[in-house]
Amino acid sequence: MNSLFPSIVSRSQSSGLMNFFVPIISIVLTLITGSIIFVLLGFDPVYALYTFFISPISSTYGISELFVKATPLALIAIGLSYCFKNNIYNIGAEGQLTMGAIFGGGIGILFHDTNAFWLLPLMIFAGAIGGALWGLIPAILKTKFNTNEILTSLMLVYVALFILDYLVVGPWKDPFGYSFPKSRPFSESGRMPLLFDGLRVHFGLIITLFLIFVSWFIFSKTIFGFQLKVSGYSPKAARYAGFNQTTLVFFAFAICGAFAGVAGLAEVSGPIGLLYRDISPNYGFTAIIVAFLGRLHPIGIIFASLVIALTYLGAEDAQLFLQIPSAVGFIFQGLVLFYLLGAELLINYKLTYKKLL
Amino acid sequence: MSDTILNIENITKSFPRVIANKKVTFDIKKNAVHAILGENGAGKSTLVKILYGLLEPDEGNIKLNNKDFKVNSPAEARKQGIGMVFQHFSLFDSLSVKENLILGIDEKMSYSDLEDKLENISSRYNLPLDLDAPITALSAGEKQRVEIVRILLQDPQILIMDEPTSVLTPQEVESLFVTLNALVKEGRTILYITHKLEEVISICDTVTIMRGGEIIDTSSTANQTAKTLATKMLGQKLDDLKTNYDHIKDEVNFEVKNISCDFNDPFLTDLKNISFQVRVGEIYGIAGVAGNGQSELMDILTGENINIKSGSITFDNKKIEKYGPQKRRDLSISFVPENRLGHSAVPELSLSENILLSQFPKNNFIKNGIILKNNVDDFANNVINEFKVITPGNDAKASSLSGGNLQKYVIGREISSKPKILIISHPTWGIDAGAEHSIRESLIELSQNGTSIIVISQDLDELIEITHKISVIYDGNLSKPFKTSEIEIEKLGLLMGGKNE
Repeated sequence: MNSLFPSIVSRSQSSGLMNFFVPIISIVLTLITGSIIFVLLGFDPVYALYTFFISPISSTYGISELFVKATPLALIAIGLSYCFKNNIYNIGAEGQLTMGAIFGGGIGILFHDTNAFWLLPLMIFAGAIGGALWGLIPAILKTKFNTNEILTSLMLVYVALFILDYLVVGPWKDPFGYSFPKSRPFSESGRMPLLFDGLRVHFGLIITLFLIFVSWFIFSKTIFGFQLKVSGYSPKAARYAGFNQTTLVFFAFAICGAFAGVAGLAEVSGPIGLLYRDISPNYGFTAIIVAFLGRLHPIGIIFASLVIALTYLGAEDAQLFLQIPSAVGFIFQGLVLFYLLGAELLINYKLTYKKLL
Repeated sequence: MSDTILNIENITKSFPRVIANKKVTFDIKKNAVHAILGENGAGKSTLVKILYGLLEPDEGNIKLNNKDFKVNSPAEARKQGIGMVFQHFSLFDSLSVKENLILGIDEKMSYSDLEDKLENISSRYNLPLDLDAPITALSAGEKQRVEIVRILLQDPQILIMDEPTSVLTPQEVESLFVTLNALVKEGRTILYITHKLEEVISICDTVTIMRGGEIIDTSSTANQTAKTLATKMLGQKLDDLKTNYDHIKDEVNFEVKNISCDFNDPFLTDLKNISFQVRVGEIYGIAGVAGNGQSELMDILTGENINIKSGSITFDNKKIEKYGPQKRRDLSISFVPENRLGHSAVPELSLSENILLSQFPKNNFIKNGIILKNNVDDFANNVINEFKVITPGNDAKASSLSGGNLQKYVIGREISSKPKILIISHPTWGIDAGAEHSIRESLIELSQNGTSIIVISQDLDELIEITHKISVIYDGNLSKPFKTSEIEIEKLGLLMGGKNE
């Protein structure tokens, strides 16, 4: 007789080919489950999926919007891979993004009537610093007091959001804004240049691609990338090798925070143009999915960011044309992550039914 | 016979590369403390795991009370009357003593019945317990009491104790012995697994000595001394010794002086005033049974732990006790810890990448932070060829290699840079005979070329084969060194068993 519930047993060898197919299988399974949900909601699944995944990108404007959404996702996700490769679970990119927007945006507000070439670079720099400082708080807590970075980084998200809230209703409120909770608009030279006339895709995309390339180089060619990897795989081996793990934790958090900070600044100085309450539709959290969907690999992250950005756009279109709540977008993100983690587990482990007698 | 509770007949159990139990046969008498004594790897654990239903024997029979005894799980073993207290506890730290005890019960029982029963067990066997205390607040001895009570709740006829005193203070040991005596008086039988000679003589009635998976002797402890036990446990290992001392220079280049280190952790052994000297070209062996401070000492020798309480390490006239691993490598000190996977090598990385874990000044692997892949690959290929590592290539993952091959690779990586001193722990642990031989050969060759070597090993045969001097570590104390060529095996055995006249 076999037991009712299977037990999970480690596979001696995981298939390299399957490793490659996991993201693809996850997406296919997501689409199948999504169709079932649409059918249950009473929609024609083909039309619904079309509305969700094809129609948003069937125009130039749509494609531009796809890149607008993918830019922060990819930038934060590549930053997160510095942490995740090192087995540090920084969940607080949303807070680091917010802090970047506050620091960089603060400069933009301070110089709201200045038009000079140095303004945007200064804002970007300030954004990076803000995000990095916010990221260093959990790093210090982790290395000094051995606190769990998942909790601290997550809690700091809400602290950062409250600070932003306070600023835009308090000291940084737009004096000409009829008491709306928003800041003054930045000056023209404090805005991300647009890449094409009439489309919202902006210079942040170039910054993102550049940082992804730099990160690829760091991960695959430098001793620093190697150290991150070793200390993620096996802290004991890293200690044996003499790598300074405290330094690695600091660098990973600082880099991730800086990238998220730049992403935040790129949002407020790009499509938004000022500071207000809801600068990010959870990019910092969604980027966690992007990072894992892209398997922490730069190329993978580019594709993953496009797929997830599409769920954002699809949710908007679905709300517009099918009157489905936009939360369906989150359902799709959740499904992708669920299947991804599930498939990943099954690559490394198998289910067996233990013989009872 | 009526006073025999357990007959073990011809039990054989083999694993892929080793026969752990070879036709093991002996009887255990009712109402007694029966010791199983042996070095690490003698087959003690395998045997008790078979008794407790964790392993299935390949051959042989066990009879409990003259009836065939066959169990597939610990739960069944408990049902049949065999309980076991492991060396490492399996308790939930955040739960209270009572909650842990409830979780361990197989049958249904009301709360008040349980409390009555606990009360009874506690007073009868000298096992005082604070039922509401959380496990985290307990000392190792108290945790062990919880484990014993948990087993006693099921009323076992035979209680297996695996190295029970290894985590206890001397006072706790005394109180454990009182408990064991009370249990035996009641008609229970204790199977006592140990390597400590003293304990065998003081509390056990009968002793079975195992070596290399075989039973050497089963006899009453009454006519045994620590010396006779030690000789039987270790066997005669000095038959064909050919240690060569000619190449050793009369110049100390590595000196450990009065190193002490406290850990405040029952599972780690505090180091007590450890001192030794190694001369140029000498192989210095540190023998001892596992868990007597070897890995703690290794961490201090490699620099992975630099938080020592007192003492110094001197190498080439430099004080290095505060140096981390990389700074020591920069001085041409090289090390191979006991565990290959996840310590001296990362299983998920390729052989080439694993080279980068250990860089010496003369290696040219990195320039301005960028890895010079060609140099690393060349070095890896060199190690693979020179040390005859069997692998498809330098891009194969470390995890794909057999234990022996990976160990050859790791040792090859360390000695290719011709270190002045090599510190190595258990060089041939868990690997096949071929690799074992070639590793020992290369260590001897290395020493003949002027490298000093420190070998920490539980394998006495190995130490006697390759070292020039041996000292014994026991409970964090290191004995004085003995010249390997003049060594008395009895003396070593006594030291390993904790007897120092």
